[in-house]
Amino acid sequence: MTTATLTRGATRTAGGYGFRSVARMEWLKLRSVRSTAWVLLVFAAGMIGLAILVMAHQHWATMSPADQASFDPTNNSFAGLALGQLALGVLGVLAITTEFSSGMIRATLAAVPRRPLLLAAKAAVLGAVTLVAGEVLAFAAFAVGEAVLRSPAPHATLGQPGVLRAVLMAGAYPGLIALIGLGLGAVIRHTAGAICAVVGILFVLPLILVPLGTSIQNSVGQFMPMLIAENSLTAVKPQSHTLSPGLGFGMLCLYAAAALAVGSWALARRDA
Amino acid sequence: MIEARGLVKRYGSTTAVDNLSFDVRPGTVTGFLGPNGAGKSTTMRMMLGLDRPDAGTVRINGKNYRDLRSPLREVGALLEAKAFHPGRTARSHLTALAASNGIPRRRVNDVLEITGMAQLETRRQADRRAGKFSLGMAQRLGIAAALLGDPAVLLLDEPVNGLDPEGIRWIRNLLKNLAAHGRTVLVSSHLISEVAQTADQLVVIGQGRLLAQTTVAELSARSSSLEEAFFQLTEGSTEYSASNIAYRGSLS
Repeated sequence: MTTATLTRGATRTAGGYGFRSVARMEWLKLRSVRSTAWVLLVFAAGMIGLAILVMAHQHWATMSPADQASFDPTNNSFAGLALGQLALGVLGVLAITTEFSSGMIRATLAAVPRRPLLLAAKAAVLGAVTLVAGEVLAFAAFAVGEAVLRSPAPHATLGQPGVLRAVLMAGAYPGLIALIGLGLGAVIRHTAGAICAVVGILFVLPLILVPLGTSIQNSVGQFMPMLIAENSLTAVKPQSHTLSPGLGFGMLCLYAAAALAVGSWALARRDA
Repeated sequence: MIEARGLVKRYGSTTAVDNLSFDVRPGTVTGFLGPNGAGKSTTMRMMLGLDRPDAGTVRINGKNYRDLRSPLREVGALLEAKAFHPGRTARSHLTALAASNGIPRRRVNDVLEITGMAQLETRRQADRRAGKFSLGMAQRLGIAAALLGDPAVLLLDEPVNGLDPEGIRWIRNLLKNLAAHGRTVLVSSHLISEVAQTADQLVVIGQGRLLAQTTVAELSARSSSLEEAFFQLTEGSTEYSASNIAYRGSLS
């Protein structure tokens, strides 16, 4: 044992913890577990793989005139969001539930007792990482999708009206789902339960609407995250019974903010 | 300096900690004793702001834990259960915690060295994923984390759990050294004989209530032996009170 280093004073410097230092901890945590890389790999594979699968199998010659008229080569490039949203939703969940399952949360909260600050820093780091990953993969999926789409099917370019907006929003969408996952994880605390909640919101809620009839499907369905992504954010050709891209994006931001607010409240209120 | 005043913690209809008040002074090791289920871990979690008391307060150097500006530099804690992600290396775990309180990165090497995790034969331990650690190595990592901020107050919950005799001897020396440098050291245990190796001061609780705030010397003078005095003190507040005699017999 080295007694010399036990003399107090080794780390006497001014200053406490704050958003910057806590965000730095969260960044170090996120990149030092293997699940982060695996989830991002699944995300990339889903975005690129499904773009290729869907875009390489568009047979313009056999399409009906109605299908040809509604064909949206931008929107079709983002088929991978169906899988990608789940991958990043899981990343958001794991960012907090693994802390509870491993006991790490006690070390974290002993270092950062201001719990809303902790969740804010987690959300900022997770949001930044997933936004960058989402945008990179959205542009890549778009480029690959257009490249494998065979003529004479019409191709989209970033210069066409609405296309750049659709690509940017497609890239931001999975990150917002990650933040929803983080908020749900802070409330539910268990990995399996929180992932179920994410799957429920993304995939099961829209299915529940089906037996309720077309009018309810049309009026309520447009507020479902996955349908917002499919029909509002990434659509260049307007579709009926959908929110405008801006309104849809606003709704998703509102959902993420609400999930984080509830998560922050639950985290602050309950024993760790 | 730790001051607990009227601490109460209830879980449903059970009262885990019942109007508990005591002081822990700097410059000496204080043993925090009580049978299993006495409320030691709950009390320590309340000290760290992890659990919210139903009544009462606990102050560390005059402040609530939640009001500390740089908690790791003021309080170091080793909790009963593991508190690290199994997929992260010991070094990554410590580096991340250090960053949260703005503790310089070189301090990570220091605490790895102090806890013997950076020695040649165990050098790879520091860079192994912590989920693969033995109980003893996990305890060392917990202690390394507690020492990160070079804190004036240390809370250690059952630190010898899972350690081999060499590790236990190491912990005893570490605790004495920490206290000799003027720190406040609170060590919980359910074994009086272990605590007596390092502690001078004792806080004894049973069923969440304070049974005695005393010294090792004073307690051992009460009966034929220190252990006997401890059993007399905690009699009636163990989880095994119905078979108390048999329980005592099996220990001696």
